[in-house]
Amino acid sequence: MDDRSGRNDRFRANERSFAYYGVMSHEERFQAIIDAEEKIEPPDWMPEAYRKTLIRQIAQHAHSEVIGMQPESNWITRAPTLHRKAILIAKVQDEAGHGLYLYAAAETLGVRRDEMQELLHRGKHKYSSIFNYPTLSWADMGTIGWLVDGAAITNQVMLTRGSYGPYARAMVRICKEESFHQRQGYELLIRLCQGSSEQKAMAQDSVNRWWWQALMMFGPHDGDSTHTEQSMKWKIKRVSNDDLRQQFVDMTVRQADYLGLEIPDPDLHWNEERGHYDFGEIDWEEFWTVVKGDGPMNRERVAHKVKAWDDGAWVREAAMAYAAKKQARSVA
Amino acid sequence: MSYDVPVAPGEKAELEETTELSGESWPMWEVFVRARRGISHVHIGSLHAADAETALENARDVYTRRGEGVSVWVVPSTEIHAFEPEAASDYVEANEKVYRLATTYEIPEEVGQM
Repeated sequence: MDDRSGRNDRFRANERSFAYYGVMSHEERFQAIIDAEEKIEPPDWMPEAYRKTLIRQIAQHAHSEVIGMQPESNWITRAPTLHRKAILIAKVQDEAGHGLYLYAAAETLGVRRDEMQELLHRGKHKYSSIFNYPTLSWADMGTIGWLVDGAAITNQVMLTRGSYGPYARAMVRICKEESFHQRQGYELLIRLCQGSSEQKAMAQDSVNRWWWQALMMFGPHDGDSTHTEQSMKWKIKRVSNDDLRQQFVDMTVRQADYLGLEIPDPDLHWNEERGHYDFGEIDWEEFWTVVKGDGPMNRERVAHKVKAWDDGAWVREAAMAYAAKKQARSVA
Repeated sequence: MSYDVPVAPGEKAELEETTELSGESWPMWEVFVRARRGISHVHIGSLHAADAETALENARDVYTRRGEGVSVWVVPSTEIHAFEPEAASDYVEANEKVYRLATTYEIPEEVGQM
């Protein structure tokens, strides 16, 4: 066999899928595809628990994008310049798009978008707790981009390497757009921090309110995290919560230094031995309180979402009626 | 950020299922985008819309906000036909006829590039 041509690799891959996968059980074949760093695609056989875990995760991810529009759209009418308003509108529009990509990815697993929404509206599905905090100042538009979207990117880059094709592909698109979100937020903070002392104080206050919540976004400690081992084996999850959180802290300290802002953690310092920053303990009681639905904004966020859905019912129905009428005319 | 759903002590981790839905859903469409002239349309995602016209408008707004394409197709998802997964592994993936591959033929070095 001639090894000079790259085509040989492709030939071997074909040979493997034919002869090698062919003799396996469903479950063995499924795991072999994952172990070979290939993707599971919608028509493939998959364990029911894999399907359910993915639906649950992708739905909560989609809900997070959609609910995440609320804290930011809160500031659209009060953006300080037309330029900043245009940026914020574009960002909120992106979040709606991210929700759409993700609901579509979940639908390939045999669940309907309406069904997922219904469960969100009834409080049976969750979304990221970060969106249950209020946006109290304009600086929050910068901090959310920098820290919240920064934390999201840390996790989403990992998810682009996940084993489920439609989810991984949605993540690639989302990551490209998140980069805009993070950079516009950081730039907004640079402007504030180079502005008046009041502006800088506003930025500091914002970071004080969001820092710990951003760290909470990475979820419970690895020891307290359910399903981690199985999700790692299935490559739904590829890096642990604590490792991702550490990665985020290590990246972010320098960025805070450049802004001249303090990170509100007295235990934060460089650990030469570990080659990482040490940092303080998250308030886990607060974390679980918000997860269980008792954060500052949980009820308001869901109520607003339900209202928007109900208020839009006539539009959805009218569009269907119009489509049916056009269809009837073209047949006649 | 962790998107694996945290399960609070005392909660169950199972997915809630529901079949009680309010109203009729918009049908689903598959979206294909030609990234630039000279290459084929490629499947880029899907969306829900009442008809082809609004599906196209939604596809433009959702999938080509940053110059991702020069042409968009939308196709009703129900019009996409595919082999059953079982059949796909027999008919699509199988490649026992290796003599069809150019690289299975040995060409002497002195002949040069072929």
